[in-house]
Amino acid sequence: MKTMILMAATLVLAAPLAIAGGPDDDTLTINDDIEIVTKTDAPAHLDGLDTIYSGWHFRDDGTQEMEMDDFDNPGMIFVDMARDTWATPEGAAGKSCADCHNDPESMAGVRAVYPKWSEEAGEVRTLQMQVNACRTERMGAEPWKYDAGAAINMEALLASVSRGMPVDVAIDGPAGETWARGKELYYTRYGLLELSCANCHEQNFGNYIRADHLSQGQINAFPAYRLKNAKLNGVQGRFKGCIRDTRAETFSPGSPEFVALELYVASRGNGLSVEGPSVRN
Amino acid sequence: MKLAGPILVGLCAASATFAASTAPDDVIFGAYGEAETPLTGAAGDAVKGQRIFSEKSLGNCVSCHQLTSLPDVPFQGEVGPVLDGVGSYRTPAELRGILVNAKMTFDGTVMPAFYKTSGFIRPGDGYTGKAAQEPIQPILSAQDIEDVVAFLGTLTD
Ligand code: HEC
Ligand code: HEC
Repeated sequence: MKTMILMAATLVLAAPLAIAGGPDDDTLTINDDIEIVTKTDAPAHLDGLDTIYSGWHFRDDGTQEMEMDDFDNPGMIFVDMARDTWATPEGAAGKSCADCHNDPESMAGVRAVYPKWSEEAGEVRTLQMQVNACRTERMGAEPWKYDAGAAINMEALLASVSRGMPVDVAIDGPAGETWARGKELYYTRYGLLELSCANCHEQNFGNYIRADHLSQGQINAFPAYRLKNAKLNGVQGRFKGCIRDTRAETFSPGSPEFVALELYVASRGNGLSVEGPSVRN
Repeated sequence: MKLAGPILVGLCAASATFAASTAPDDVIFGAYGEAETPLTGAAGDAVKGQRIFSEKSLGNCVSCHQLTSLPDVPFQGEVGPVLDGVGSYRTPAELRGILVNAKMTFDGTVMPAFYKTSGFIRPGDGYTGKAAQEPIQPILSAQDIEDVVAFLGTLTD
């Protein structure tokens, strides 16, 4: 903690971090190379916001800085683990991801368009569902547990090779119904506290709620390495935590509700760059 | 007991049920959401009310509201208005109504209803993420509400 504060103090950033009252004005370039769009006009379908911001803008300078260089980003350790997994044959077919897809870099752009309608499955699939479909249907391997271990590491690898590319999930056509369901969930006031996602992340982003500086709850930067629990956190695990904090009965990662919510929340970030694995507190 | 990262209000402090206390569903609101009748027979205790207002495990009002008279309470939030002087421009009946169910005063407000036990969507059991046990307990007890009303009433400058 102390070293982080020192790091922050010696950092020269575009502007000082705002103490309160909204996102800061800093800009994010990773490895002096990948420019990340962390702020842009809200997509046309989104009535509640004019400008969308990555959660990066709401973190302190020390946390922001960790994302600027892969050597400082603890999330990249898990990306490296997933690179090994990528090349390791598993399952009855004796195949690895690499046998069908070559390098992980061949997946550039994929993270940006998920969740996505799968024609063959006739459902909206998250990236983890798609990876598991490859495992069970093509490799003859066991599916990975949702939002945990190998699944989240693989998602981080796939995100990392798409960094800087704009999130662009489709919300119409066959995905439209799932998207509309997700939107309904987003605006539902759950739990004893009767709070919706929008109450905190649309109406109150930029405000502090107790010690937490509320962001827009965007998911362009997932998976997120959180300093709080020192591991990669998945989108749906985060949803679960937020709903739990409204003193509600949550949904489970991988449930149809959270798949729909993930599509909807992803679409609220259309135009931001893929940024994962990110660093958050 | 350490809770798994609650943001807002801590586990229910509502255990004491006084024979004389009004049940949540029986509270009568006036046209502007005010609640004239005290919820219990015992007068509110402002000192206890301040504690309920400030502590994370109790009312945790400071997660959304600031009070300059409480400089020692860290991390006061900004989701709701600053409450300095609220006791001089709000009557006890108005304060009681806002605490019991702020939506009766401010349509659609994000402020939670602290003395309400029905009409929730997927009510949970504290911060466990599991379904609530029936009967649902209000976030604050009738006496807690009276104590906080008494405390807010002291904020007159
Ligand atoms: C009671 C307030 C509250 C509610 C309601 C809430 N959240 Fe959050 N959420 C937070 C806080 C506090 C954080 C941590 C700070 C931040 O990034 O905003 C957070 C973080 C997040 C993040 C991480 C953003 C990042 O960049 O790391 C996502 C995603 C998110 N929330 C989505 C949701 C969704 C979807 C819902 C509804 C299902 C929801 N939240 C409901 C308070 C809330
Ligand atoms: C999740 C946020 C939140 C919490 C927690 C919360 N409030 Fe509020 N409160 C608000 C908001 C927002 C308003 C403004 C009403 C509106 O227009 O929506 C408000 C308004 C008020 C008002 C009226 C102020 C005025 O100017 O008339 C009082 C009094 C009040 N709150 C007291 C409390 C007390 C006491 C607690 C705890 C027992 C509490 N609040 C907890 C968000 C909150």
